[in-house]
Amino acid sequence: MQKTREYRRQQLRYAYAYVLAGALSIAVYALTVSSTFTDTAFAVIVLAAAALQLYIQSRYFLHLDDKEAPRWRLWSYAFTWFTLLIIAVGSIWIMGHLNYNMGMSPEQMDQYMNSQSLKGF
Amino acid sequence: MSKALEMIAKRDKAQLGFWLYLMTDCMLFTSLFATYMILRHSTNGGPGGSELFSMSFVLVETLILLTSSYVCGLANLAIHNGRRKEFVWYLGATIALGIAFLTMELTEFGKLITEGNGPQASAFLSAFFTLVGTHGLHITIGLVWAAVLIWALYRQGRHEDILRKFSLFAVFWHFLDIVWIFIFTIVYVMGVK
Amino acid sequence: MDWHWLFGRLDWSYLPHEPITLGAAIGMPLTLVAIAAALTYFKKWGYLWREWITTVDAKRIGIMYGSVAIIMLIRGVFDALMIRSQTALGGPGGSQLFSTDTYQQVFTSHGVIMIFFVAMGLMFALFNIAVPLMIGTRDVAFPFLNAVSFWLFFAGMILVNGSLIFGGFSIGGWLGYPPLTELQYSPGPGVDYWIWSLQIAGIGSLLSGINFFVTILKHRAPGMTFMRMPIFVWSVLVTTVLIMIAFPMLTASLALLSLDRLMGMHFFTSMGGGNPMMYINLIWAWGHPEVYILVMPAFGVFSEVVATFSRKKLFGYKTMVIALVGIMFFSFVVWQHHFFTMGSGADVNAFFGIMTMIIAIPTGVKLFNWLFTMYRGRISFASPMVWFMCFAVTFTIGGVTGVLMAVPAIDFQVHNTLFLVAHFHNVIIGGVVFGYLAAITYWFPKMFGFRLHEGLGKAAAYFWQVGFLLAFMPLYALGLMGAVRRLDSYSDPSWTPFFIVSAVGVVFVGAGIACQVLQIAYSVWKRKTLRAGGDPWDGRTLEWSVPSPAPFYNYAVIPKVSRVDEWWYQKQDGIKAPKDSDYKDIVMPKNTAFGFVIGMTAFAFSGALIWHIWWLVIVTFIAVVAMIIMRTMDDFTEYTIPAAEVMKMDKEARA
Repeated sequence: MQKTREYRRQQLRYAYAYVLAGALSIAVYALTVSSTFTDTAFAVIVLAAAALQLYIQSRYFLHLDDKEAPRWRLWSYAFTWFTLLIIAVGSIWIMGHLNYNMGMSPEQMDQYMNSQSLKGF
Repeated sequence: MSKALEMIAKRDKAQLGFWLYLMTDCMLFTSLFATYMILRHSTNGGPGGSELFSMSFVLVETLILLTSSYVCGLANLAIHNGRRKEFVWYLGATIALGIAFLTMELTEFGKLITEGNGPQASAFLSAFFTLVGTHGLHITIGLVWAAVLIWALYRQGRHEDILRKFSLFAVFWHFLDIVWIFIFTIVYVMGVK
Repeated sequence: MDWHWLFGRLDWSYLPHEPITLGAAIGMPLTLVAIAAALTYFKKWGYLWREWITTVDAKRIGIMYGSVAIIMLIRGVFDALMIRSQTALGGPGGSQLFSTDTYQQVFTSHGVIMIFFVAMGLMFALFNIAVPLMIGTRDVAFPFLNAVSFWLFFAGMILVNGSLIFGGFSIGGWLGYPPLTELQYSPGPGVDYWIWSLQIAGIGSLLSGINFFVTILKHRAPGMTFMRMPIFVWSVLVTTVLIMIAFPMLTASLALLSLDRLMGMHFFTSMGGGNPMMYINLIWAWGHPEVYILVMPAFGVFSEVVATFSRKKLFGYKTMVIALVGIMFFSFVVWQHHFFTMGSGADVNAFFGIMTMIIAIPTGVKLFNWLFTMYRGRISFASPMVWFMCFAVTFTIGGVTGVLMAVPAIDFQVHNTLFLVAHFHNVIIGGVVFGYLAAITYWFPKMFGFRLHEGLGKAAAYFWQVGFLLAFMPLYALGLMGAVRRLDSYSDPSWTPFFIVSAVGVVFVGAGIACQVLQIAYSVWKRKTLRAGGDPWDGRTLEWSVPSPAPFYNYAVIPKVSRVDEWWYQKQDGIKAPKDSDYKDIVMPKNTAFGFVIGMTAFAFSGALIWHIWWLVIVTFIAVVAMIIMRTMDDFTEYTIPAAEVMKMDKEARA
């Protein structure tokens, strides 16, 4: 009896996480198709929603919490996210500056690259 | 060391090793995401995300994969509590939903390709197909893995072995849904705007 | 009958035409035939299969890695000789020894071989040979995966060398920048050979990284906390973290380039919206951690060597650990310094330049700690110590030129000149090569039971040191005078004397290698007189507590550890032989052919992709997947040695 109750309790936890995550996805969808927000605000909200969903799924599906997870899981996850952000943000920073210094929009860059390579050697 | 302790140590090592592999997979996806973000406006004069993506379609895909991850979690719970029959049902549901997701994704790809918006059309599309396609490839591998697990179960494998192998699969499957959160957000949601 | 579907684009026209490449293309298969004939004559095929090809023993795998690496070193130095012969003769009015196309293949394969097959090969050799023994365990965490890693490495090696026979190698430099390596400018198979040999070997490296990280975390002897591990093990731990984070980015870069080439995509093409500069960004995000991956184990080796041969505890254990971890963190935030000139602007350049300068600090801390270890020690100048002395001087010079180039304004002057070439050879030869060669001398007796001849070893070190100075110091000057890299001819006559000195330097390095080859041959011949016991150097760490050569199970009884340099203090306290009751049953992994077969199938898979033999691509891919599934279904991959037998073997070994 005790085991079944504990089992049901754990099943319920999964269900809560599932409903929350699903609601979050639907909310973001609603936001996207309604086109209420401007670019920057929209990006911030959407990324925050993604971060929240990452937390929900990491904690409840992957069991990455203080009690259940072995320490190495948490630490390696944190370290991976740390380097991941450095690489991703760093790459965007570097490449963004490159494009800025070229002084062109992406469409102009495309045209410029095309015309340069058509010139040949 | 007693046999039981040995098995636990073996499971522990396998879980650590596999988790680390997943972290390396994170870095692979990071490279693909970074490439996508840099190239997303390079449409070579062709259509971009706002023209090509259907948000309702993607929402359905997202919810299917999320449900699949949820049901996989239930399967994990079931086998850890020794409930084999429930486990098989939940695993079957995981696979079915995974196949549904993959079918939808392949349909989307097929439509894009036949309309002339394949990966060779522009840098944006190359990046899109590769990022989303790599995720799809991982899903496919996961489905093959799940099928092999069912076969292992059928072969009356040792409970401890099945437990260990399935726990690795479950982590893999949850991880793929987490990657999808970011594909949903960065590729589709931000692409449509 | 149209055979194209069977052979893809493979064609007789891809055989080499130039004398030197033709010579290699004929010489290599002939050598292999000679080896096969010898194996048949001496009836050693069974031995080779049972003891080496199907082994999962880390020590054996380490020896195989090391053997491949040393053979590739000879080829790499030969490439260097070709390059320097060309440049010595390439001045105004000079001659062209090789066609430009061949020259480009030579410097490309030189870089690829040296980094991926010599340096990485020696590194994994050392991991396998030393780490399990040093932490007091029997094998790595995943022995089968270890074998797979080696055979994938081997497959990559065959691909690089096979390109000499059919198709030629890439002309795009060791990092293969697009758009030169895209289909438009490199339609042939060369770049594909380059992509797949790196991709396959890279997967092997990644798996090894995971393997050794888990091994160090989970297989340490009881009582060996993190702060009681030898510093070499710390350096391996930190290196495996770098491997795990960095190598997926190499995989991604190569994959995207191969998608461009195989499927006509537009990641890095100059048309269609591609951005070649993104490739450079991505591959250097791997490339910078890679050079720290190469050098940190060498630092670890020197920590062991200096302490042992100064007969003194390593100075500053804690700061050594902090320095290693610090270097690990910082190696992720400096990669842009490889392309300061690409146009990111002053802000970006300044950030990465400052980070690059900071990373020199922990390295300096380590150097000073080694020197402080030597201070008031009882130093014996065995050849590993001679290598350290050479390293201390050489690596420091290279390090400071690196800090010099960390200033973006200066880098704008010397980027991609021979100054840069001199810098990286300075740190790689001074750091990585000298470190790994010291390690070979140091751990050779543990693997084989006899020492390498000391005189020849020291001669080799001196030849290498003089050779390095002659070969690369002129390049610093040339770089400042405006000589760019990868030139096969030039019009300024004042450069010629520098190039000639450099060529002489390569000959000296060649003499050093000749000494080393001679050293091995001579030592094998005289192995009875050079016999070594378990502890030939009066060492400090656990691996010296087992007999030499180390038994296949490493430790009959797993040691208990209570401090750093446990073995050293055990010798002071009096070594106690294990009691009969200490012996327990040992579980060992079984040999398997799967590692070898998976590796060779991966080779076939790559060859099929390179030559566009699509049916073979599918068949080999399915074969690899099937073999992996079969292996996971195998529940009987281990065997047990009963305690009584362990006791018997151990007592015999100790007698």
